Amino acid sequence: MNKRSTLKVVAAATVLAFVGLAQAQQTIKITNIVELSGPGTTAGTLFKNGVELAIKEINEAGGILGKKIESTTVDTQTNPGVAKGLTQKAVDDGVLAIFGPVYSGSIMVSMAESKRGEVPNFTGGEAAAITQQGNPYVFRTAFGQSTSFPKLAKYINTKSKSLAVIYVNNDFGKGGRDTLTKLLAGGPTQIVADISTDAGQVDFSAAVLKAKQSNADAIFAYTNEEESARLLRELKKQGWTKPVIGETTLTGQKVIELAGDAANGAVAHVGLTVDAPIPEMLKFKAKYYQAYGSISDHNGIKGYTGVYILKAAIEKAGKIDRKAVAQALHGINISAKKNPGVIMDVSFDANGDLDRESFLVEVKNGRQVVVATLPALSKK
Amino acid sequence: MTDFLQLFFSGLATGSIYALAALGFTLLWQASGTINFAQGEFVMLPAFMMIGCLTAGMPLLVSFCVSCILSVVVLGWLFKRGLVDPLFKYGMMPIVVATIGLSIAMRNGVRAGFSAEPQPFPNLFPDAVYNVAGVVVSGTDVGTFVFAMALVLVTQAFLAKTVTGRAMQAVAQNTESASVLGINVPRMIFYTFAINALLAAAAAILVTPTYLAKFDMGASLGNKAFFAAIIGGFNNSRGALLGGLIVGVCENLAAAYISPAYKDAVALIIFMVVILFKPQGLLGKKVERKV
Repeated sequence: MNKRSTLKVVAAATVLAFVGLAQAQQTIKITNIVELSGPGTTAGTLFKNGVELAIKEINEAGGILGKKIESTTVDTQTNPGVAKGLTQKAVDDGVLAIFGPVYSGSIMVSMAESKRGEVPNFTGGEAAAITQQGNPYVFRTAFGQSTSFPKLAKYINTKSKSLAVIYVNNDFGKGGRDTLTKLLAGGPTQIVADISTDAGQVDFSAAVLKAKQSNADAIFAYTNEEESARLLRELKKQGWTKPVIGETTLTGQKVIELAGDAANGAVAHVGLTVDAPIPEMLKFKAKYYQAYGSISDHNGIKGYTGVYILKAAIEKAGKIDRKAVAQALHGINISAKKNPGVIMDVSFDANGDLDRESFLVEVKNGRQVVVATLPALSKK
Repeated sequence: MTDFLQLFFSGLATGSIYALAALGFTLLWQASGTINFAQGEFVMLPAFMMIGCLTAGMPLLVSFCVSCILSVVVLGWLFKRGLVDPLFKYGMMPIVVATIGLSIAMRNGVRAGFSAEPQPFPNLFPDAVYNVAGVVVSGTDVGTFVFAMALVLVTQAFLAKTVTGRAMQAVAQNTESASVLGINVPRMIFYTFAINALLAAAAAILVTPTYLAKFDMGASLGNKAFFAAIIGGFNNSRGALLGGLIVGVCENLAAAYISPAYKDAVALIIFMVVILFKPQGLLGKKVERKV
C-alpha cells in the first residue's frame, strides 16, 4: 500500500513537472537583476518599475508572438559580485533575456555570465567600456558615454573656459571623467580641478570648496542620484552661482525631488526625459504616474523602452531563441511609428550601442525644461 | 586662511551632530554599562517618524514633537523593557550582540515598510548664506551647531545641577549604594534611555536634510559617533562633545587638504592613535578593572 502511494505521488509529481514545463514554454521568461538596495537603489527601482510596466502592457495586449512574458525580479544590493551570481542563476533558469543591472560596475562583471550563457542582456549602464569588449550579448537601453559625451563636450566648449570636474569614484564616474577629459583636450575648455568623490558620500563641503578654490567658471558634476542631490545642496549652501553642467543624472526627477530648490539652474544633456516634447513620451509619463504615483526619470524609460526593444527584436527574429534575438538586435532600426513602446526611433550598432535623438534640459522652478533637441549622432 | 576657517566651521556643524549621537553612547554606557550599536538606527527611526507625520500634513515642529514622544516610548521604554532588561543579567556581550541584531532589524524593517529609496527632508533652518570676512557660512551650519551645542550643554547641566541628574549619576557610579540611599534605580536608568532617545530624535532632525532619509543612513553616523565617543572618553559626557567635534573638523580638513578618498579613514586613524596612547580617551578617567 505504501509503495503504491509512493508511486502515485511520483507519478503525480512527474505529470505536474511536465505541465510545468509545458507552461514554461508558453511564456517568455525574463529576469530583472536590479539594484534594490545599496547606493543604486533609486536607479534600480525606477528601472524595474519601467520594465514591469512594459511587461504588463505587452501581456494585456496579447504578449509577443502570442506568448506572455513572465518576469522575476532580484536584488543585486548594488554589489557586482551578487549581480554576477544572480546573472549566472538566471542563465541556468533558462531565461530568454536579462534586464539589468543598471550600474556600470555591476554589468561590467555580470555580463561575462550572460555572454557565456548566450543570453541577451539589457543594461542601464552608461560606462563607455561596457560595449567595447566585443560582447555580442550586451545591449544598452540608453546612450553610452561614447555617444552622449561628444554631444556634451560641444556644449561645454561654448559655455566654459575653465572647468571643475566633480565625479564619483566608480566605473560610471571614472568612465565619464576619462571620456570628457579626452574630448576636451586641445579645445577651448581647460579642466582646472579634478575632484573625486565616493559613492554614498554624504558631505560634499570639501569637494565644493576645492572647486571654488580652483576659480573654475563652471562645474561638471558626474555622480549618481543621491550624491548629485547632496552636491547640489552643498553648492547652494556655499553660494555657488556659476553654471553646473551634468549628464542625465544631474537633472533627474529623483535628484530634483531630493535637492529641492538647490536643483534650479542645473543644466544637463539627457538621452531620455519624460518632459521631451514627444506625444508617446507624455503618454508614458502619465501611465507611469498612474501605476506608481511618482514621476519616472530616465531609468524608468530605459527599463520600459528596453522591453519594447526586446519585443521588436523577437518579432524581427520571428522566434523565441536567445541567439536569434541577439543577432536580430545588431543593426536593428526600430521606428517609433510602428512600435510606439520604444517612444523614439532607435537604432543599434554591432557593439550593442544605441543611437537616437537627445535633449538639453535645465531645471527651472523644480521642473525639467527641455531647452534644445540634439539630433542623433549618426545624422550629422 | 578663509578656506581653512570655512572648512573648520562646516566641520563643527557635522561634528556637533556626531557629538549628539556620541553623547547617547556615553550616557547609556554610564547608566547601564551597555554599548548600543543600534545608535545610528536610533537616529534613522525618528527621521522616518517625522516623515510619517509630515506626510500626514503636520508642520515640521509638530512632527518633531510627536516623534520625540514616540522615540521616548519606542527607543527608550520599549528598548529598555524589551531588550536590555531581560538580557542585563547575562552581562554586556549579549546586549551588544542584541543591539547589532536590532540595528539590522530596524534597517530592514524600514526598508520593507518605506521602500529603499531616499526621501527628501525639509530643512529646519533657513537656506541663507552669510559672508563673514570672506568665509561663507550657511544658516544651516550655524543653526545645526547652535542647536546641537545647546542640547549637549543642557543635558550636561541637567546631569550636574538637578537632583534627578545627580541621582542618575549616582546610579551610574554605584548602583548598590544609590539604591541604599533611596534612589529609585530602575527609574533613573529609564530616564537615561529616554534622554538618549530624545538626543537621537534631535540628531535626526538636524542630520536628515543633508543625509536624506534612507534606511541605511544610520550606519555611517553610528560608526562615527562610536569613534567620537571612544576618542573623547567613553565614561565622560564632555568627552563625547570633544570627540564629535574633533572627528567632524578633521574629516573636513583631510578631505580638502589630503584627498576626499581618505575622509572616512580620518576618524579611524584618530581612534587608533587615541587607543594606543590614551586608551581611556582624551577626557576619560582611568577605571581600574574590578576583580
